[in-house]
Amino acid sequence: MDNATTVVAMQPPAAVDEHEHVSLPQHRHHFETEEQQREAGTFGMWLFLLTEIMFFGGLFFSYLLYRNWYNPAFVAASNQLSIPLGTANTAVLITSGFFMALAVWAAEMKKKSLLVLFLVLTTLFGVVFLGVKYFEYKEKWEKHHIPGEHFDISEFVNPPRDVKTGKLVEEPLPPDMAQKTQVFFSLYFAMTGMHALHMIIGVGLLLWLIPRSQRGDFTAGYVAPIENFALYWHFVDIVWIFLFPLLYLINRHPV
Amino acid sequence: MSATSSTIVNLPDQTTATLPKRNYINAEDGMLSWLLTGDHKRIAILYLISITFFFFIGGAFAGLIRLELLTPQPDLVASDTYNKLFSMHGIVMIFLFLVPSVPATIGNFVLPIMIGAKDLAFPKINLLSWYLYWIGGLFTLAALVLGGVDTGWTFTTPLSTHYLNTHVVTAGLGVFIIGFSSIFTGLNFIVTIHRMRAPGMTWFRLPLFVWSNYAASILMVLGTPVLAITLVLVVLERTIGIGVFDPTKGGDPLLFQHLFWFYSHPAVYIMILPGMGVISEVISTFSRKRVFGYTAVAFSSVAIALFAFFVWAHHMFIMGVSNYSALVFSLLTMLVAVPSAIKVFNWSFTMQKGSVTFETPMLYAFGFLGLFTIGGMTGVFLGSLGMDIHLTETYFIVAHFHFVMVGGMLMAFLAGIHFWWPKMTGRMYPESLSKLAAVTTFIGFNLTFLPQFVLGYLGMPRRYHAYPPEFQVLNVLSTAGATVLGVGYLLPLLYLGWSLKYGAIAGNNPWQATGLEWQIQSPPLTENFIETPVVDYEAYDYEWLANKTQNEVTTVG
Repeated sequence: MDNATTVVAMQPPAAVDEHEHVSLPQHRHHFETEEQQREAGTFGMWLFLLTEIMFFGGLFFSYLLYRNWYNPAFVAASNQLSIPLGTANTAVLITSGFFMALAVWAAEMKKKSLLVLFLVLTTLFGVVFLGVKYFEYKEKWEKHHIPGEHFDISEFVNPPRDVKTGKLVEEPLPPDMAQKTQVFFSLYFAMTGMHALHMIIGVGLLLWLIPRSQRGDFTAGYVAPIENFALYWHFVDIVWIFLFPLLYLINRHPV
Repeated sequence: MSATSSTIVNLPDQTTATLPKRNYINAEDGMLSWLLTGDHKRIAILYLISITFFFFIGGAFAGLIRLELLTPQPDLVASDTYNKLFSMHGIVMIFLFLVPSVPATIGNFVLPIMIGAKDLAFPKINLLSWYLYWIGGLFTLAALVLGGVDTGWTFTTPLSTHYLNTHVVTAGLGVFIIGFSSIFTGLNFIVTIHRMRAPGMTWFRLPLFVWSNYAASILMVLGTPVLAITLVLVVLERTIGIGVFDPTKGGDPLLFQHLFWFYSHPAVYIMILPGMGVISEVISTFSRKRVFGYTAVAFSSVAIALFAFFVWAHHMFIMGVSNYSALVFSLLTMLVAVPSAIKVFNWSFTMQKGSVTFETPMLYAFGFLGLFTIGGMTGVFLGSLGMDIHLTETYFIVAHFHFVMVGGMLMAFLAGIHFWWPKMTGRMYPESLSKLAAVTTFIGFNLTFLPQFVLGYLGMPRRYHAYPPEFQVLNVLSTAGATVLGVGYLLPLLYLGWSLKYGAIAGNNPWQATGLEWQIQSPPLTENFIETPVVDYEAYDYEWLANKTQNEVTTVG
């Protein structure tokens, strides 16, 4: 047995950290190499996103189940959502994701001012998305489509007629099915609300990353926080990429 | 103490031995250095103190419940108080004690050392998860002080959302926050095990404690978020009236049960798997043998984790799921018995022809084996469709899950605490007293919960605070047992506290075990290893250890 290779600490050391290589200030003491630190961070982020998938998974599961049960109610209720606003918001969010990807590139290329610029643009588009969401929520509030005491099913039982053609805008629903539109709106608010909460947290993190980028923290070879945040931001994008067709697009019928 | 044939304890000469001058406990001074620490060992100690605190709170509730059930009449507490007692007992014990117990205390302390790492991958997140644990714990305590919760620990809708006027939201938020603490612990473990192993520490050289915590971590990471979103929906339904589970709006209470048990059944394995890891370490050490069928034991942990996600609906046999799905879930439930039995058989084979000694951790491990086997076998009863319909919601089920979770997990936790106590503190505990505690716990436990099997079989329902007089004898036995059990839990608290100051100096490796954690000083240095160890021997290789000791003697001589 080679004894030298199995020697482990028995006595207090004289000095703890005697690594030969040049360490960045961000290098943590318990990692052997910066590469190991970076890999651990990325792996941790992917695992965290896996928990997020499970988190949204519960909501998606509920949605698919109820959509299957109460299809007419879900169709009628999803017709209440505005496709133009949803599409615009999808474009806004993808654009912000694009800028985030550019930000990662800028950090890796050590271009400080570009990094700051792209992070600011990411933030701006994120905020625009939340602004549009506010107007969508406000419209639901005005139409009494917020689930709860004041929920109003009359529009689904007696749909209004189109002003020009005089045709019914919607197929009328029997009252008990119309009641189920509440489940759609419950899930709509729970899912888009959770998504918006993730956006708000993301914008908060961006507001913390921007001054640090300005200080040059991430343009000297230490890009892990930018990369990991980008993973988070892209995840939030992807959740929306699933929410948008499920809530706004699937199974609408021509009016 | 000199080594005799009946014991393997190997302590340094007490007249000259001292604790190492520099170690993780005295590395920095002051309360603040503990509250802001990034050291996994200090965080483990913080957790140990916290979960002990919550354990005795939860235990006090259990005591009151047993006291009420001493007589058939509802004379000690009113029915709503009784409901609050068993709800808080469940919430505190499950979320604040059992789930974090082994991973957050023992796992935090020894897991990084076992794989040759200086710390967990994310020390700050580790500390954060302790704070989240306390924030969640304070929410739960607040719910208690404000007037309690009476939904049971399961928060079942529509009871929790419509018919109860208690502090469900506060308690639900508490559990939600504690959930994140558990997610972060699991995440930290997985990344650490993947990325921080020392050179030569291959997957199949990992101690089985690491394997079982790895499996439990997968469950924490995949299961807990589903519980989190479910509780968010309950809170939203209660506060702003959304209608996901509310039948009057078209929602379905059964959906709550599906989502809830999708986490909460795997949670049982989150609780028991790390305990199984402790048992593997203890049995191997005190039999002086490599665990029989190492690979089978390692993979059975992963198999349990996998099966855990396919059995949730066995909690719902009588709640209106279809016959076909009940049949499938009944079958899947019984499959879990296979990897569990593999473990029990392999532990037994490990002891066969080993040099078995009966130190305190081993006594607790024996307790675990017996009680977990009974708990597991009665689980097969409950997994069988016909039996389940007779036994569900009776005291049989109460006895069953207490055998698994208390008889299994708590025994394993105590085995682990005694086993690693010398490493954590550098001191031994008083031996005869600790053996007495182990035996007391075992007797008390059986006296408490064996009568409950009979009670359940005879038809006494759970969650009732009054019962027909013919059940009294068995209930009195059970309450008497609970008293003995209480003594069994208080004893370690006292003598372990005593040993902190007066215990014999333990030395590096009192049990002559092979794990990396036993090759460093006790208590360890903050950075664990001066040089990263290179591992060139298999787990539980006692020949390697014997050679190593010889070499050391030669070197010193």
